[in-house]
Amino acid sequence: MAERLRADLVLEYPFTRTTGPVIGAFLTGLRERIVLGIRRPDGTVLCPPTEYDPETSAPLTELVEVGPGGELVSWTWVDPPRSQSPWGQPHGLGMIRLDGADTPMVHGVLVDGPDELSVGMRVTARWRPEREGHIADLEGFVPEGAGQ
Amino acid sequence: MSTDPSVTPAALSGEVHLPEKLADVEPVRSVRTPIRLEYDFIPGAASSGYLNAFADRKILGQRSPVDGAVFVPPRGVDPRHGAATPDYVELPDTGHVGGFCVTRLPIPGRDDLEIPYVSAWIHLDGADIGFLGLVAGIDTSEVRMGMRVRAVWKPDDQLGRTAENILYWEPSGGPDIPVTAAGTNAWHAKQITESEEQAAGEGR
Amino acid sequence: MRDIAVVSVAQQQQKALTHTTEVELMVPIINEARGAVGLTQDDIGFTCSGSSDFLAGQAFSFVHTLDAVGAVPPISESHVEMDGAWALYESWVKLQIGGIDTALVYSYGKSSPGSLRDVLCTQLDPYYLGPLWPDAFAMAALQARIMLESGAVSDQRLAEIAVRSLNGAADNPLAVRSSADAAVDSVLAEEPIADPLRPSDCAASADGGVAVVLAAGDRARELCERPAWIRGIDHRIDPHQPGVRDLTRAPSAHKAAVEAGAGNDRLDAAELAAPFTTQEHILEAELGLGSDTAVNASGGALAGHTMMAAGLMRIADAARQIHEGQADRVLGHAASGLFLQQNLVCVMEGE
Repeated sequence: MAERLRADLVLEYPFTRTTGPVIGAFLTGLRERIVLGIRRPDGTVLCPPTEYDPETSAPLTELVEVGPGGELVSWTWVDPPRSQSPWGQPHGLGMIRLDGADTPMVHGVLVDGPDELSVGMRVTARWRPEREGHIADLEGFVPEGAGQ
Repeated sequence: MSTDPSVTPAALSGEVHLPEKLADVEPVRSVRTPIRLEYDFIPGAASSGYLNAFADRKILGQRSPVDGAVFVPPRGVDPRHGAATPDYVELPDTGHVGGFCVTRLPIPGRDDLEIPYVSAWIHLDGADIGFLGLVAGIDTSEVRMGMRVRAVWKPDDQLGRTAENILYWEPSGGPDIPVTAAGTNAWHAKQITESEEQAAGEGR
Repeated sequence: MRDIAVVSVAQQQQKALTHTTEVELMVPIINEARGAVGLTQDDIGFTCSGSSDFLAGQAFSFVHTLDAVGAVPPISESHVEMDGAWALYESWVKLQIGGIDTALVYSYGKSSPGSLRDVLCTQLDPYYLGPLWPDAFAMAALQARIMLESGAVSDQRLAEIAVRSLNGAADNPLAVRSSADAAVDSVLAEEPIADPLRPSDCAASADGGVAVVLAAGDRARELCERPAWIRGIDHRIDPHQPGVRDLTRAPSAHKAAVEAGAGNDRLDAAELAAPFTTQEHILEAELGLGSDTAVNASGGALAGHTMMAAGLMRIADAARQIHEGQADRVLGHAASGLFLQQNLVCVMEGE
C-alpha cells in the first residue's frame, strides 16, 4: 500500500468590510459603550439593527438606545471555547433581549459555569477596555449586579 | 417605498437618526472580519500514486480506457468521458515545450527564482496533455515551442513524495518538434480528427 | 406544465473519505445513475450540480468535479452553491422551459478535511454573528432551549426522534450512525454535547455524493419502469437574523409544502434533511406529516449528514421508494442555512 499523503491547507480571508450607516452606527455605539436598536414601522425595536425591515423590506432609519440590561432568552455552554471566538475560556452563549428591544441578540454570557445560567435571568453588558467598533467591543453579558 | 432607481433609499444614503450621545463622534465605516480555516488536504488515490512514484524518480500518468490517451498528472478520470482511469503508465522524463511564458516579476516566497524565468507547458513523450514546469539551463531568449527538454532531478538523497523533485527542465538537444505539432496540438489533433471523422461520416 | 420525473438515483456516503478526491468519489456515482437508465453524457440535455468551495478550501472546486461528468464536447451545465436539491430545482425549471428531455443532477460534500462546525460559521452574517464564531452545535442549542422552555417540544420527543433515526438507519448501508437497539432511555442518558443537545440530537457528519437523472414525459416512461413523477416542488426562505424569527417554527418549510401540494393527498413516506432532532420535530409539524406517513425510514439526515448533498439524498431516497413500488406518494425535503432558514419540498408520485 502506497503511503497515505496529507498536507496542511490554510485558507485566510483578511477581510475588512464596509458597514453602511446602520451597522456602522451600531458598531460606533459599541465603541462608545452604547447598544443601539432600530425602530420598525410598527414601533417595535430590532436589536441588533438591520437596514431593512425583515418582513416588509421597508428601509429603517431611527436608531434608538437599548439596554445595557436585558433578559436571557436562551443559552448554551461552550467548552472548550472555539479557537477564533473572542473568548479564551469556557463561556455561555446566549440570546439576550435588551431592555427597550423586542428581539434578542446572540452574544457571550460570562459566568463560571452552566449552573449559573437560566432562561429569564437578568444580565447586563460588560465592555472591553479597548474598543474599535466591533461586535466584540462588547465583551459579553454578565449577571446583573455582578459588576461590569 | 420608491421604485424609482434614481432615488437612493434613505438607509443607503446615510440618513439615519442617531441618539444625541452619538451625534458628534466619528462614525465607524468599516470593520475587520478575518476568517481562518484549516484543512487537512488529502490528494486522493490517483494523485497519491503520482506523488509516491516521484520518490522513486518516476513520473506516472493514467491511460484512458476509452481511447488510450495518457493524462499526466493523473486525476483518476478521463475528463472528456467521465470514465475512471485505474491504469497507471510510467512516462519518461523527456518531452517538449508545448508553450511557454517569460516572466519578469518575482513570485512572493520564491526568492530562489532568478528573474526572468520561463514557465512552460511540458509535454512528456507518450503523454496526451501537458503539465506546468520551469525551463532553465538556457537563455530565456532561446526557449521556443517544440524545443526538446528533459528533467533535472534533485539528488537521490533529497527525493521526496513531491513534484518538487524536478528542479527544472533543460534542453536535451535533438531536433525540435514542428510548432504545428507541438503542445496542445496533440490534444486538439484527436478532437479534430474525431469531429472530422464524424463530419465525414455524416456527409456520406 | 410538463410531467417530469426522477428516473434514476445513485449515492455513496461514509464517515470520512480519507483517500478519495471529490472527482474520484463522483465518477462511479454519476456513471451508476446514468448507466442504470442506459444513458451516456451525450444523452443528457442539462447538467447541474450543488457543492460548496468552503468544504474543500479550494475556490471553484466544482469545476474540477466536472471531470467526473465528461464535459467534452462542451455540455450545457450550471452549478449552485447550495444543496443539490436546489440544483434539481434548477434542472426541473430548465426541463419545464423545454427543448430538452433529460437532466443530470449531482451534488457532493467532503467536509472531513476541515472543521464543519467552524466552516458553517462563515455562512453567518459577518458583522454581528460571524466574528463570534458561534459553532453550528451551539447555535442549534440556542434554538433547542427555546423550544424546550416554551413547551414546543419535550426531551422525550427529541429522544424518540433520535431513536427513530438510529433504528431506521440500522437497515441503511449508507448510514454512518445507527443502532438497532437504541432506546429513549439510552439517548436521554447521553451527556449533552451542546447543552441541551445530546450527541444523538445532532446529525452524524458524513462525506458522500449523490446523482439523480430527471426525464420528461414519454422519455421518462421509456427509461424507467416506475418513474417518480414530481407533482410539486417549491422552495422558500425566512430571514437570517435569529432574533427576528420565532425559532419554534419554520414558516418557509410550511409555505414550500403548501405550494408543492404536500397536503393534497396521503403521503406514504417523507425523507427530511434536518441536521438536528429539534428541526426534524419542527418540520413534521410545518409539513403537516401525520401518523400515516413513514418519516425518515432511512434514518434521514441525522444518520448521516453530507453537507451540500443531504437534501438531494433525501429526494433520492424518497424517489427510490416509488421506483421500487414501496410507496405511491412521497415527499423529499432539503434545508440550508441557520435554523432551517431555507427549505425545499419535492412531492413525487408513482403512476
